[in-house]
Amino acid sequence: MVFLDFEKPLENLYNQLDKIKQVGEQGDIDVSESIQELEKKISNLRKEIYSNLSGWQKVQLSRHPERPYSLFYIRTIFKQFVELHGDRCFKDDKAIVGGLANLDGNTVVVIGHQKGVNTKMRQYRNFGMANPEGYRKALRLMKMAERFNYPIVCLIDTPGAYPGIEAEERGQAEAIARNLFEMAQLTVPIVCTVIGEGASGGAIGIGLGDRVYMMENTWYSVISPESCSSILWRSWDYKEQAAEALKLTPEHMFDFGLIDGILKEPLGGAHTAPEEMAKILKRNIKKAISELSELSPEDLVDARINKYRAMGNFARKKTTVTQSK
Amino acid sequence: MGWFKRLKDGIITSTKDKKEAPDGLWYKCERCKEASTQKEVKENFHKCPKCNYHIRIGSHDYFELLYDNGKFFELFTDLLAEDFLEFTDLKPYDQRLEKAREKTNLDDAITVGIGKVAKKPLVIAAMDFTFIGGSMGSVVGEKIALAIDYCIDNKTPFMIISKSGGARMMESAFSLMQMAKTSAKLSQLAKKRIPYFSFLTDPTTGGVTASFAMLGDINFAEPEALIGFAGPRVIKETIKRDLPEGFQTSEFLMEHGFLDFIVDRQDLKAKIAELLCFF
Ligand SMILES: [Zn+2]
Repeated sequence: MVFLDFEKPLENLYNQLDKIKQVGEQGDIDVSESIQELEKKISNLRKEIYSNLSGWQKVQLSRHPERPYSLFYIRTIFKQFVELHGDRCFKDDKAIVGGLANLDGNTVVVIGHQKGVNTKMRQYRNFGMANPEGYRKALRLMKMAERFNYPIVCLIDTPGAYPGIEAEERGQAEAIARNLFEMAQLTVPIVCTVIGEGASGGAIGIGLGDRVYMMENTWYSVISPESCSSILWRSWDYKEQAAEALKLTPEHMFDFGLIDGILKEPLGGAHTAPEEMAKILKRNIKKAISELSELSPEDLVDARINKYRAMGNFARKKTTVTQSK
Repeated sequence: MGWFKRLKDGIITSTKDKKEAPDGLWYKCERCKEASTQKEVKENFHKCPKCNYHIRIGSHDYFELLYDNGKFFELFTDLLAEDFLEFTDLKPYDQRLEKAREKTNLDDAITVGIGKVAKKPLVIAAMDFTFIGGSMGSVVGEKIALAIDYCIDNKTPFMIISKSGGARMMESAFSLMQMAKTSAKLSQLAKKRIPYFSFLTDPTTGGVTASFAMLGDINFAEPEALIGFAGPRVIKETIKRDLPEGFQTSEFLMEHGFLDFIVDRQDLKAKIAELLCFF
């Protein structure tokens, strides 16, 4: 098990538990009561820690090395999945995966950012940071979904679109902009879920949907707390403050009306019970798709654009103010 | 001119309220370091008379350059940004807003005008870098959305002059969603077959490039403008080596197929007038 810094008290209890279990295995003393007591302690402490997570703690959880990634959910949720590759222009981006999938008898097109599960794979997946061809592959698959009238499922989990020389040469900005422009007009339901990190343009590049959900221990922001700290505080040391200031938690996002719902995670985070998390995700995707399928394609597109049209917060000048010299 | 003075929509001649700098005042070029008089610079379309460096100018300067006789009607003048997240970094956002308004005499980082360019109507939404780095928050997104509605209702071509460091961090996810909002609205404009010209000026980066700035039916830029998604500093830190000469300039983007052409500020009006003839 990997423990995050704010989980240290939990780690201590787990270590105690291990020791007591070892003693028990030697067989001389009955430790069952102590074990029970400790397990209760652990459960209470976990509840306590997890009932009041800060923005930064959610960021840490969203990056937990054991957290399930898109391909885990895809393989668990769908009966069949045929991965499709390539943007038909330049190459196959490994940081975004996608393909045709069978959701309890109905076909959907699923697309997601993919991070690697170990050091080697993290490199291979470019840490979930897509290049333009990733966004273009996603768009190709979404256009196919539209043609065959299949709903689109997007799983968002990225620290950002890749900031590299080649990414700029091939039009990172254009690729993301094009996706937003096209996704706005797709005539099939789009259901997006932030399953980990939702960083900026890299996230929204596959994140414009009729329904957007966030798992409980994730974040969504215009910039990562680290970069925000470096730009606004002119130092890397204010990431915690930046995470609070950005109000990036699912609870904030829901309060602001920028997302449609929060998916509760198993206590301790999605990685403590991935199968259970997959079930929750699946149930929610199915529900959203079935609700959206009621709408005509025209109503669907109108509602989607109106939803984004309404996002924004500003004041109006008081019209009683008169001219002054 | 106080911002409250432009409360009511009305014909504004952008030159009239501006304090004219005395002709004798000198301008020292940021690039070639040569000195010219303000008058020479202004007569040279706000470019350095010595090296043709395109000096960063504001929305009203562009309106003056482009609209016939410098006359236009400012639209959507009653929107004001608000510090609804109570965002504080080294300074509270509401103080930043107040200071920016004071310094620029503008309400926010974008101004929308309707007027005629070579006798043809054109709605122009022009950004101001001097207002919190031309950053896009809710007001910028809303004004673009309103301008697009106006263009659809009046069947008027639309142009955005981008000049921005990207999304405004102090409005967090609201700023991010303006990327989706403006792009979605542009898709509606496209469906109505109304042309959209995207004019990119120095600098255009981040969420602005990754939304409306790259979505023109025609994309064009001023010479040597910085245009990109990630900022050069971020890229350099990521790849840990120096960036190639001319990286992320207008010329670089043109070479890689993302711009239709580059236009000298001196020829801008004629070029737009020419484009308008085709639509
Ligand atoms: Zn010069």
